[in-house]
Amino acid sequence: MTSIPITWIVTVGITISLVALYTLGAVYAERKISAFIQDRLGPMETGPFGIFQTLADVIKLVLKELITPAAANKALFILAPPLIFVSVFAAFGALPLFASPVDAAMNVGLLYILGVLSIDIMGLLMAGWGANNKYALLGAARSVAQIISYEVPATLALLSAVMMYGTLNMQELALDQGVYTEQTTYFLGIWDVTEIGGMLSWSVFRYPHLLIAFFVYLIAGLAECNRAPFDLPEAESELVSGYHVEYSGFRFALVMLAEYGKMLIVGIIAAVVFLGGWNTILPNMAGLPLAEWTSGAPGTLAGILWGACWILGKALLIVVFFIWVRWTYPRVRVDQLMTLSWKILTPIGLGLFFISTIWKLAEVYGAIG
Amino acid sequence: MAEKNRLGKALKSLLTGFQVTQKHLKTAGDQREHKPISDPHYFDDADKAVTIQYPMEKIPVPDMGRYRLHMESEDCIACDKCARICPVDCITIDSFKAVDDLGYTSDGSKKRLELAVFDIDMAKCCYCGLCTTACPTECLTMTKVYDYSEFDRDELVYHFGVLNPEEEADKRQKLEAAQQEKKQVGTAKKKGGLGLKKAGS
Repeated sequence: MTSIPITWIVTVGITISLVALYTLGAVYAERKISAFIQDRLGPMETGPFGIFQTLADVIKLVLKELITPAAANKALFILAPPLIFVSVFAAFGALPLFASPVDAAMNVGLLYILGVLSIDIMGLLMAGWGANNKYALLGAARSVAQIISYEVPATLALLSAVMMYGTLNMQELALDQGVYTEQTTYFLGIWDVTEIGGMLSWSVFRYPHLLIAFFVYLIAGLAECNRAPFDLPEAESELVSGYHVEYSGFRFALVMLAEYGKMLIVGIIAAVVFLGGWNTILPNMAGLPLAEWTSGAPGTLAGILWGACWILGKALLIVVFFIWVRWTYPRVRVDQLMTLSWKILTPIGLGLFFISTIWKLAEVYGAIG
Repeated sequence: MAEKNRLGKALKSLLTGFQVTQKHLKTAGDQREHKPISDPHYFDDADKAVTIQYPMEKIPVPDMGRYRLHMESEDCIACDKCARICPVDCITIDSFKAVDDLGYTSDGSKKRLELAVFDIDMAKCCYCGLCTTACPTECLTMTKVYDYSEFDRDELVYHFGVLNPEEEADKRQKLEAAQQEKKQVGTAKKKGGLGLKKAGS
């Protein structure tokens, strides 16, 4: 009994420092990539190439005064940032960073993540309403409408993948896409790649329709993170900065931390469900056991290190892609946003769901594999 | 059919957007060179970084740049023309008649006035350059120095006067003495003259 709280503290500590470090890096990356795309240099003064810029920003934010507007609804205003942060941070609990029978091995893993992330919407609405500012309220209203709309295609895309594996457990989802699975895996449903592994046994290659699901999830994920081109809730030009316009100091830092953390969560979910989770990218091919060399058996130290590298690498690539998208596309209109969600992505998601159903039935009745 | 075309068009334009941004992203490490627009390769660097890390690197300024004023005190004849033409009154001149021989300026004008004070308040200057055209000896010029901000506003007043206070007091005394002497000589002459006249009549 005494050992459990210590493990918890260690796990929470590691996760918090991981999220904080990642946010520092992601904000720096965002500023640098945006600068490079716009032919600028970005932060250059604080440390070599400005690498300490975000650290300096955080120190500044923490030292700043916490201002509560006189007309704000104080309880809602003060409670909102911790709620937003906690709901995002709680989702990290079910994300597998490496192969392990304990870590993130929750039977309702994916459902739990999606459910906990939805509490975030409550926080946004509390922040927008509590600030008693018309910009904040409009931003929050847009944000909530947008996240709820895009949760439909995102969940449909995830479900069509989940159905193929028959589990919501993030560990099992990841395990079944690599060389250590006990199932038989088929590339494109025909070629047995159980021993080859690597990229060939990832969801998107085993079931080609999941490649479309992956892109549907990416687009919906962009919208759920309130990121450009779906950053209407924060539209600087019209709403100043949306629901967090009245926040200052550490509360603002919490909101930002949650926003970037959410991006990492979307990246990790996409990596686990579609891109093989903590499994290696290299297959056992041409006589070389590349997959075995670049991954460790579940439970071993090598497995932990390789797994963490692969899954964080994949998730961070997705985050970089999100940043690249933000600095490439202009913001969509509200009607375009809703059209994309309800008239394009949701029907595609339903179609994919239907294909998954047929595929699963065919598997069960022996037509495939 | 129309719908299909629209989707294709949309996807194509999304990809074009990525192409554009990745082109700029790739060349972001290269600094744009400072070339004049007359250079035939001026537009070759369009995708490179434009940022100039200012205090460390600067855009070259032409040698004839029209920024901070400079005055060659040795060439000044204290004619006061610059101070009078200045639209913002940023030049203050105080001069008095020289007793000693001050010599000539580099363009051969005789210097007859001691330059006690020649202050230019660059905080007021509007960089019109009228003073430099008014200057008869071309001692007042504009230089290419443009970054000369100061913490104290008084530091922006540049002193070009050649005399320090002791020298000035000394020279003024000399002038006064000389003038006194002249006066006495003059009155003596006057008296003498009158005497002559009287004698003549």
